[in-house]
Amino acid sequence: MSKLKTTLFIASLFPAIWLVYALLTDQLGANPIESITRDTGLWALRFLWLTLLITPLCWLTGWNKLITLRRMLGLYVFFYALLHMLLYLWLDQFFDINEIIKDIIKRPFITIGFFTFTALIPLVITSNNAMVKRLGGKRWKKLHRLTYFIAIASSIHFYMLVKQDKSEPLFYIALLVVLLGVRVYRHQKKFATLASSLS
Amino acid sequence: MFIGKKRLGEMPAAEITDHQVYLNRRQFLNGTATVATASLLPLSMANAETSPEPTFLDLKKSSFSMDEKLTSYDSVTTYNNFYEFGTDKASPALLATKFPDKSKPWRVTIEGECDKPGEYDYDDLIRPFTLEERIYRFRCVEGWSMVIPWVGFPLADLIKRAQPNSRAKYVEFTTLYDPEQMPGQRRKVLDWPYVEGLRIDEAMNPLTLLSVGLYGQELLGQNGAPIRLVVPWKYGFKSIKSIVNIRFVEEEPNSAWMKAGPREYGFYSNVNPDVDHPRWSQSRERRLGEFLKRKTELYNGYEEHVAHLYTGMDLTKSF
Repeated sequence: MSKLKTTLFIASLFPAIWLVYALLTDQLGANPIESITRDTGLWALRFLWLTLLITPLCWLTGWNKLITLRRMLGLYVFFYALLHMLLYLWLDQFFDINEIIKDIIKRPFITIGFFTFTALIPLVITSNNAMVKRLGGKRWKKLHRLTYFIAIASSIHFYMLVKQDKSEPLFYIALLVVLLGVRVYRHQKKFATLASSLS
Repeated sequence: MFIGKKRLGEMPAAEITDHQVYLNRRQFLNGTATVATASLLPLSMANAETSPEPTFLDLKKSSFSMDEKLTSYDSVTTYNNFYEFGTDKASPALLATKFPDKSKPWRVTIEGECDKPGEYDYDDLIRPFTLEERIYRFRCVEGWSMVIPWVGFPLADLIKRAQPNSRAKYVEFTTLYDPEQMPGQRRKVLDWPYVEGLRIDEAMNPLTLLSVGLYGQELLGQNGAPIRLVVPWKYGFKSIKSIVNIRFVEEEPNSAWMKAGPREYGFYSNVNPDVDHPRWSQSRERRLGEFLKRKTELYNGYEEHVAHLYTGMDLTKSF
C-alpha cells in the first residue's frame, strides 16, 4: 500500500512538472499563460474527480485500504487549485486588488471560482489526523461533505468560462453525475433495506 | 492558380510619411533576391525569422498600417479560432493543411441589391484590384490580440464594381459550407454556414479589407484561405473567413454568433473596453508574445477612422 501511495504521490506531481518543462521549452503554443492557467484548473478538477472515485472503488472492490489514498489526492486538488488561483491573481490581474474585487463581484464564473477555492481551505486545514480527532469523526465527515458542493461549483465554473463548445465541461459533468449518482443510489438502497428489515 | 500576385506598387506622394520611409526599406530589400529572408524584415520583426519567403512582391504600402511589433508568423498561423476546423486554437492549423482543395475552383458569388451581380472564380475576382500590405491590430473577443501584416485590397473597391442600389443597407458574407473539407462543420457548434455582416458604410470604410494573404504569403487554410474579411476595429469573429458569398441586403444580417448568443454577441461587436462581454471584462487584452496585459483601446485604436460611423448611437445597446 505504501508503495502504491508513493507512486501515486510522484505521478500526481507529473502534470506540474510537465507544465513547467513545456513552458520553458516553448511547447504551450502562442498563448502559454492562458494554457497554463487553464491546465492547472483542469488538473485540480481531475484530481477532485479522482478523490470522489475512491469511495465507489472501495465499494466495488471491497479493498477498503484504498481510502488511505484519498487524503493525498484531496491535497493535490488544493495544490493545483492554488496554482490555478495564483496564476489568475498574478498573470491575469497582476495582484491589482481593486481589479480582483471588481472581477469577483462582476463575473459570475470568477465569483464561483473564488468561492470554490475558499471552500477548499477548511478541508485542507482539517485534513490531518489530529484535526479529525479534534472534530470527531461525525463532524469531520459532515464538514468534508463540502467536497460535493465544491465539485458541483467547479463544474459550473468550467461550463461558464467555455465560450461555445461545451463538450469538454459536459464530459466532466457527466462523470460527476455518475460519481454522485452511485452515492445516491447506494444511500437509497441502504435506506430501503433498513426500512424492510424494520417492517 | 493564383494570378496577379506580382504587382507594381504605386506610391502616392501624399502617403510618404516617416512611417512610409520606414516601410519602404523593406520594399527596397524585397527586390534584392539574394538577401536572406530574415534581413528582409524590419528590426521590429526580429522574432519573425521563421516566416517564409514572400510570394506577393512589391506590395503597395498603406498609411493605415500600424507601426507596432508584429506577432510572429508562427503564432499567427498556429493560434486560430476557426470553428469549421475545430473549436480549440491548435486544430485549424492541423486540419486545414489541404484547405481549400486546389482541384475545386473557388467560386465567389456577389448578389442581392446591386446592379452588377456575378459569380467569379477566385482569380477573376481579385484580378482588377491592387494588392497592398496593411499592418493591423487584431483583437479577439476572448481577450487576446495580435499585430498582423495582411495582404489585400479595400472591400470598398469591390463594392464599387458591384454597384449596390439604394436598398443595399447592409452587406452579408457567408463562409463555405463543406463538411467534407471542414470537419468542424460535422458538429453543430454554430448554425452553419458561418455568416457575418456589416452596415454598408462600415463596409465602405477604407480600413475594411478583403485579405488574400499575410506576411507576404497566400493565406493558409487556418487563416481563412483563399479570401477573408478583415475589420480591424471590430472583434475578430467579424472578420469572416473563406468567403463564398457576398450579398447586398436591406435588413441587418443575423450572424452566426448573434444566433449562438444574442445577449453576448451583437451585430456591431466594435472593440470597446467599456462594454464588457457578459461573462468577462474587455478592458484589457493579452498581446500574444507579451507578458503583461495591455489596455484595450476604443475601436481597437482606430477611433479617428471609424468613430464617426457611430455618432449618436448608444454603444452599450448597439454592442
